[in-house]
Amino acid sequence: MLARILAAGAAFVALGVGAAQAQGVSGDVIKIGVLNDRSGLYADLGGEGSAVAARMAAEDHGGKVLGKPIEVVVADHQNKADIGSNITRQWIDQDNVDVIVDVPNSGVALAVQDITKQKGKIFLMQGPATSRLTGDACSPTGFHWAYDTHALAVGTGKAIVDAGGKKWFFLTADYAFGHQLEADTSAVVKANGGTVVGTVRHPLNTSDFSSFLLQAQSSGAQVIGLANAGGDTINSIKQASEFGITQSGQSLAGLLLFLSDVHALGLQVSQGLQLTTGFYWDMNAETRAWSEKYKAKTGKMPTMVQAGSYSSVRHYLKAVEAAGTDDGPTVAKKMKEMPVNDFFAKNGKILPNGRMVHDMYLARVKKPSESKGPWDYYQIISTIPGDQAFATLEKSGCPIKG
Amino acid sequence: MFEFLGVPPQALFGQLLLGLINGSFYALLSLGLAVIFGMLNVINFAHGALYMVGAFTAWLMLQYLGIGYWPALILAPLVVGLFGIILEKTMLSRLYKLDHLYGLLLTFGLALILEGMFRHWYGASGQPYRIPDALQGGRNLGFMFLPNYRGWVVVASLVVCLGTWYAIERTRLGAYLRAATENPVLVQAFGINVPRMITLTYGFGVALAGFAGVLAAPIYQVNPLMGSNLIIVVFAVVVIGGMGSIMGAIVTGFALGLLEGLTKVFYPEASNIVVFVVMAVVLLIKPAGLFGRER
Repeated sequence: MLARILAAGAAFVALGVGAAQAQGVSGDVIKIGVLNDRSGLYADLGGEGSAVAARMAAEDHGGKVLGKPIEVVVADHQNKADIGSNITRQWIDQDNVDVIVDVPNSGVALAVQDITKQKGKIFLMQGPATSRLTGDACSPTGFHWAYDTHALAVGTGKAIVDAGGKKWFFLTADYAFGHQLEADTSAVVKANGGTVVGTVRHPLNTSDFSSFLLQAQSSGAQVIGLANAGGDTINSIKQASEFGITQSGQSLAGLLLFLSDVHALGLQVSQGLQLTTGFYWDMNAETRAWSEKYKAKTGKMPTMVQAGSYSSVRHYLKAVEAAGTDDGPTVAKKMKEMPVNDFFAKNGKILPNGRMVHDMYLARVKKPSESKGPWDYYQIISTIPGDQAFATLEKSGCPIKG
Repeated sequence: MFEFLGVPPQALFGQLLLGLINGSFYALLSLGLAVIFGMLNVINFAHGALYMVGAFTAWLMLQYLGIGYWPALILAPLVVGLFGIILEKTMLSRLYKLDHLYGLLLTFGLALILEGMFRHWYGASGQPYRIPDALQGGRNLGFMFLPNYRGWVVVASLVVCLGTWYAIERTRLGAYLRAATENPVLVQAFGINVPRMITLTYGFGVALAGFAGVLAAPIYQVNPLMGSNLIIVVFAVVVIGGMGSIMGAIVTGFALGLLEGLTKVFYPEASNIVVFVVMAVVLLIKPAGLFGRER
């Protein structure tokens, strides 16, 4: 109680003197809040795995920062923006949480970004995809880490247009993420000489896609772009194979495909799909070493969201150490000064709008005959340099200047 | 060729057929709910979870026992039915004297527990289940490509639905059942074991859910959440059809499948709410449902 009164007093004083900088660690603990979908269609791509990754980062940092303990708390936002906002407010206002991690579902992430921006708290985004989070909805304390819709469009979209897939039809999840992914990919398709012949928008968490697939089939498009994620993508791909869509000459483009999706689909159905990812466990000795450690704890190989959660939390803790405080804006500044160098990203740099720029990879799902066993799913086709994968600060539409 | 609101007739027929397929699931599930509500007066919220358990039972049988689709189509509903009988005997039967609400809360809680357990063990992305070899591929109907398996789903569902309707409305056993619904004490006085009949009815109702689950397994991922996605719609179907009406549940199930199919063509964004709009309208005009009667 006394600590709270003191903290409140300190905040009051800090407000009074304007730009005075807080020192030390608020609440005598660094609290990391992992907020994501723990029970719904996105639970496997982030979920408890992201929390495990955050705990691993805390352990690897020695369990303490600036002599204070690190604590990881978790919550389920159920893919609802109001629930996500309420938890975020409670965490920040009452529970002394310093940093929010993950938050898949762009709709929820946009709401959380608004709150963390107002309150000057760090927000490390892994799961959400929309490039608006570092565009018009950017925040000085928001960091977008693993991937975004821009990178997906540049990666998968361009690769497919270059290979001759010029006529596109979009199957889009009807919320912030789907709309943005569709918009970003359409732009890339058109810029490279392709056309978009139609689009159909399905509600989030649909189980039967046959009707939408039939519309895509009759559109005459060469490529059906799946601007959805998680369980929705899994069911779309599975049912496309059932309805003989790929056999009839149309191809599917899974614009956002996670390792967990491929695992759930099986290689028989998913083989040959091209995808863009920010991370794959089997790239080099470093990625394998970390991923094996992760697998020992969870029984699964990490998705890019889960690996990104580790990377961002680790970077955050280093920045707190370097800044000597857990004050959000100060730490954010420090994070942007320091390069990101770990198993996840080599020479990753953070733009003023919060975009962590790192190399992305274009991959192809292996045939069952090429795979050596569970989790041996991707063949990396090419590396997309970070500067090409992500929008520049000027083009992002973010009002923050460098 | 004529066009209907800008949609060519081929596409329309295709969508109607797909609606019919989804309607088969609605019909099978709402039938089970209607049977249970008619007999037990319990609103069985665990129905969606038991549908999911049916699908998982089929998957587990294939994965660990090597039992294929066709035996599972019989065995999985039996397993689910037996599970239902145990639930009824040990828990539900204690609540008949209380308000409906208690049965609803109990079954809702059970549904959450079942879903949570399967999610914990098998993850939220689900498990793949192959279409049986005999039903692989599909045929071109001229206006659409119909996967053989989906055709089978409609046939199987129709046969089971109509069979159940016949058994309840046209046989001696069904007559006992209906009589026991009207006046259990009198039927008991004629020497019929009403509690056992109630138990078996519940077992049968949830076995129908299990059967629908096995049918669904090759189409959707075998997913812990597959039931909760469906159950709300199915409840709406039962309400629209009229609580406890057998034929009402079947006809409404198929009809709403069709309606939803049409919505997916003309305004896809609304496809997951159209059923509820219909429900609201029906409740305003005919509170007992289309086929229900006032009690």
